[in-house]
Amino acid sequence: MNRQRVTSLLAPVAVALVATVGLLALADAPPLQALGLIGEGAFAGRGRVADTLMAWAPVAIAGGGLIVTFAAGLWNIGVEGQMVTGAIAASAVARSLPGDRPLVITLTVLAGVVGGASWGLIAGLLKVKGRVNEIFAGIGLGFVAQAFATYLIIGPWQRAGVASTSGTEPFRQETWLPTVGGTRLAPIALTVAVLVLLGIRLVMRNTRFGLRLRAVGSNPASAALLGVPAGATTLRAFLVGGGLAGLAGALLVTGIQHKLVPAIGGGRGFLAVLVVLLAGSRVWVVGLIALFFAAISVGSSQLQLRLNLDSSLGSVIQGLLVLTAVLYGGWRARRERSAPAIAPAG
Amino acid sequence: MTLAISDITKRFGNLVANDDISLDLGAGTLHAVLGENGAGKSTLMKILSGVFSPDAGSITVDGAAIKPGSPRAALAAGIGMLYQEPLVCLPFTAAENFRLGSRRSVRTARDDLVDTSRRFGFRLGPSVLARNLSIGERQQLEIVRLLAAGVRVLILDEPTSGITADQRQTLFAALRRLAAEGLTVLFVSHKLAEVNELCRSVTVLRRGRVVGSSALPRPESELVRMMFEEGASLPARSPVVARGGVVAELDSVDAGDGRTGIRGAHLRIRRGEVVGLAGLEGSGQSALLRALAGVAPIRRGRFRIAGRDMIGRRQRSFAESGVALLPGGRLEEGLLPGLTIAEHLALAAAPPWIINWRDAQARAVEAIAAFRIKGRADSTADELSGGNQQRLLLSLLPARLQLLLMEHPTRGLDLDSASYIWARLLDRRRDGTAIVFSSADLDELLTYADRVIVCFEGRLIAERTASETSVDEIGTLIGGSVAVGAL
Repeated sequence: MNRQRVTSLLAPVAVALVATVGLLALADAPPLQALGLIGEGAFAGRGRVADTLMAWAPVAIAGGGLIVTFAAGLWNIGVEGQMVTGAIAASAVARSLPGDRPLVITLTVLAGVVGGASWGLIAGLLKVKGRVNEIFAGIGLGFVAQAFATYLIIGPWQRAGVASTSGTEPFRQETWLPTVGGTRLAPIALTVAVLVLLGIRLVMRNTRFGLRLRAVGSNPASAALLGVPAGATTLRAFLVGGGLAGLAGALLVTGIQHKLVPAIGGGRGFLAVLVVLLAGSRVWVVGLIALFFAAISVGSSQLQLRLNLDSSLGSVIQGLLVLTAVLYGGWRARRERSAPAIAPAG
Repeated sequence: MTLAISDITKRFGNLVANDDISLDLGAGTLHAVLGENGAGKSTLMKILSGVFSPDAGSITVDGAAIKPGSPRAALAAGIGMLYQEPLVCLPFTAAENFRLGSRRSVRTARDDLVDTSRRFGFRLGPSVLARNLSIGERQQLEIVRLLAAGVRVLILDEPTSGITADQRQTLFAALRRLAAEGLTVLFVSHKLAEVNELCRSVTVLRRGRVVGSSALPRPESELVRMMFEEGASLPARSPVVARGGVVAELDSVDAGDGRTGIRGAHLRIRRGEVVGLAGLEGSGQSALLRALAGVAPIRRGRFRIAGRDMIGRRQRSFAESGVALLPGGRLEEGLLPGLTIAEHLALAAAPPWIINWRDAQARAVEAIAAFRIKGRADSTADELSGGNQQRLLLSLLPARLQLLLMEHPTRGLDLDSASYIWARLLDRRRDGTAIVFSSADLDELLTYADRVIVCFEGRLIAERTASETSVDEIGTLIGGSVAVGAL
């Protein structure tokens, strides 16, 4: 069983790598050198490791939230929008609140959680009360969040004298997460991410909430007959998923951007969806795949610098990886189709 | 046309579902396959129809081997299967369903459908939507479609559940006629009487092996002995226990959707009594049970449980009042696919915030022993067979109940499992639990219920004391013919 798990993870990676090599060859780039450069760009030197870890943290945190919603059978595509509302709420606090660093940062981050959770709650209410599919609700709410951020940046929160979509004025330094070793590494962000993943693992394994989530995800009608409040559980899943996406958004503001920029999520929410799609509910696998994706994102900037290839090749590799993994899963399901849905055992 | 099944073996993990099964059938055979749950009947039929591919062995039709594991190849070779739930597309008309997978034009399809139906005494209007057909009519439609597709071997899996006595006679007449025309009919059923009535020969499976074959008819007791190692006995009528006070009162209740809903229902249910609901599928039994359980809202009328008004209350307060429902779709409505037995028990035990898995594990082991579930604490619900899913559902019921509601409690179970499950259920009457259940099996209704209420087109049209009525009388009533004693 465990060997099967490892194969199910490594096989698609291998196929994706072969496909990537082919792609690089087509782009007239020396494939092995390019892959080496990505690895180098992600891990050679403290600064790059720091950047990779800082790219990892928000994806891992949002991924943790998505484990919760996925367990409840919900496709929380709205995660990207929830990240943006989290960032907006965090920015609102960061730009207006006076006071010392620990207090301001705590409140900023908490505001992010509330901002994301509220957006998640709206999607949840639409789903539970309004019977709106969460995918459509998520996409719609995502547009609203994105537009609202842009409006704030060129409107009420515009820089002195210029209305520019490049972002707001940087917030004062007391709102920045402290970094170490002259790198961009903020230990707080990293600690929070690790704690979130450990917490999710605990919740999913050992709590009534985790069990109820899986019950609702498996079959809401049966769950209700077994005494699970299905609607309330769904709403809570959206609250947690949205809250963690908002937390990720707040860390983007306080740890990386230090201001609000349009599209601050930068696709990290969608990336987290893909991560969880690959990893399922296995928390440590979510952490690992998120790290792998973060490394590709950070490392592929080297392709541009050294080989004059567009750095979006990194996204192409990520996409290929997900596609091959999903294809591999589908292919295996087809092969195992001869196994019965109901084992005839007495 | 001859069908030869040779040395078929199929394993699922450690379980050998089919162990070296061989069977030869000539043209014009009416052959039955008997066996208790998990004996390997369904697996064998699914191998025949190409749904599963066998680990070893072969299937030949007129000497030509069929590619295993391909429903298309099986159909091309003339093997067609009528599933328990007929595979019709509900939003399509009968004629559109009939045309599926064929190259007929719309007009030829209509004409062929009408002609073939008439030939077998089926009354199928070509423009009726499949969703408005009864289960029996859907079955007829599927048979006609398979015949038109050139099927020469027809497999029927439990075809008489949920159809009327009339429809059964029509079906049997059609099958006899098809056999006379040279078709091979393979009939899978638990119902010994039907097998005896229809088929000329039988193969009995037990634990994946062929344990006997015989010409039919044969005394039922002998067939039972072949199916079971210990030779289970047919169930005896349960003694009527003294009735207590009223548990549930319904007055002029309307509930459920129009076509399958219930209208104007009056009902008194007493402590410790067993009420059977008879009726064709969709005559309102299901809506009534769901309304009693608080799953479907009651649109009009009065409903009290132990004197407490239940109108407008959430399902949760029904559960708190001691009402439980065992739905007919075990995996679809009652259990959680993918979750283990231990996880089911943990949920049902209303756990505190943090779950004690050691406790849950112990409870699962206990339930597995007490309810004789064939599975382990970490087996998932979907891995269990139908009978064991039902046992798991029973083990999840709260210890004390006022009102236990069940849809088809033993559908698809063998006699042994059914009488075991009923013994457990009837035990609950001693604590005063009232039981209301629906069943398509009239024998079951008369054996276990104290009184039988007949549903017809959404109304409760008649009530009979079980010991004073007969299968024939109830069978006539469910068709809507009410004589004296209407409610």
